[in-house]
Amino acid sequence: MYFGQLTSLWNASILLDMEQLALFDASPRWTVTNLTHYLRQLLESDASLQGVWVQGEISNLSRPASGHIYFTLKDSSASLRCVMWRAEAARLRMTLQDGLAVDAHGSISLYEAGGQYQLYADTMRPLGEGALYQEFLRLKATLEAEGLFDPARKRPIPIFSHRIGIVTSPSGAALRDILNTLRRRFPLAEVILAPTPVQGDEAAPALVSALRALNRDVAPDVILLARGGGSIEDLWAFNDERVVRAVVESAAPVITGVGHETDFTLVDFAADLRAPTPTAAAELATPVTALDLKANLAETGSVIVSRMTTLLQQAHESAAWLDSRLRLFSPVRRLQTERQRLDEMSRRLNAEQAHRLQFAAEKFKGMENRLLALSPLAVLRRGYAVITKGEKVVSSASQVRVADALHVRVQDGEFNARVTGNG
Amino acid sequence: MAKTGIKPIDKLTYEEAYAELETVVSALESSEQSLEEALALFERGQGLTKHCAELLDKAELKIRKLSGESLEPFEEGE
Repeated sequence: MYFGQLTSLWNASILLDMEQLALFDASPRWTVTNLTHYLRQLLESDASLQGVWVQGEISNLSRPASGHIYFTLKDSSASLRCVMWRAEAARLRMTLQDGLAVDAHGSISLYEAGGQYQLYADTMRPLGEGALYQEFLRLKATLEAEGLFDPARKRPIPIFSHRIGIVTSPSGAALRDILNTLRRRFPLAEVILAPTPVQGDEAAPALVSALRALNRDVAPDVILLARGGGSIEDLWAFNDERVVRAVVESAAPVITGVGHETDFTLVDFAADLRAPTPTAAAELATPVTALDLKANLAETGSVIVSRMTTLLQQAHESAAWLDSRLRLFSPVRRLQTERQRLDEMSRRLNAEQAHRLQFAAEKFKGMENRLLALSPLAVLRRGYAVITKGEKVVSSASQVRVADALHVRVQDGEFNARVTGNG
Repeated sequence: MAKTGIKPIDKLTYEEAYAELETVVSALESSEQSLEEALALFERGQGLTKHCAELLDKAELKIRKLSGESLEPFEEGE
């Protein structure tokens, strides 16, 4: 009780103090919410805390089922709470683990419910990549200034590559993709692989000697320089100045297919053609496929046939024309003409002959009629008779006597008669 | 066209055969040769076309690897 009273007395005096202070002091009054909100706005409006890189070592890494990532970045004397939301975490192309030194990119803000400021990270890269990127930019600028990336020195890719050189790892997926693509598109090609490591310290010099050996010993029509996807460090050999220069010096045009579509390495800039992937590099190396060739061949075949048909037809026509001209001067034609004239003459001759014959026949008919008119038979038709005695014609009464036998001839027959008396 | 007939068709690579085929076609199209020459070209062209088609049909990607200065057969999955 005693303590209770004392406490409440003390409390009362505090309250009194506060009231007095409040009456005379102009200090701002906050609720925790208001204050925290104000602090959050303060942090978020400071440009030097937004969109920044923070370097540190990962600790207390936690990946709950939500997919968000929580961790702390720390160095020797301080630590920073960090969160990366699920969407950004899914795009991360590195494996996180405690103790890993990273550059994290994001903005500083405040988690009001927890009263904690933290880094809201949107991306992260292993420490050192930033330095690599700076080196990449510096070397790119140098080589560019030297003219090595000049589009004017890029050579065209042959449409027909009989020999295709490949510089890549003999065991990588890149080689498998390339060979499958070449087999599908252009199996006529001969492929020469110059096997090399594609990452690590020995990669760059090996790539250089592979490029040189291919040009010197094989003289391919085109070279594919390829590697599958990987981190920027994995692909680093393809940013090596020596490799870039070997690409520039290559006698055969070079197509690069390094990493994924979004990866750009310095050899890509130096290459005659840059493909987004190894498969695409193999496609670009074979712009004309065996299928195209077949179609083209069929077309060529029909061109030859139609051309030959035309030539033969022309030859035939010109031969026919000459033949017809030759016929004009042929003796056969003269003979035909003569024969025709002969026929004509013969026809006219025949007609004349027929005419004459008819005339003769008509003359003959007239003559016959006149002859008939003089015939004794004609006299008999008029009722006269011819009388003979023995062999003699009786033309006088003195020639006969009574009882003489006479022979009478009339128009249609004859009979015997006897003289009966003198007239 | 001097090389026509020098090399037997079945000894030609695809590129050689196709290049010659192109020459044959343009020669035929120029129509500056005798009918006899044209017929010979035509026959050669037919042979080349057939040869090319056969090569396309039976083509298999040849893969070798550079080892030192010599070429060795390359087995996939090596």
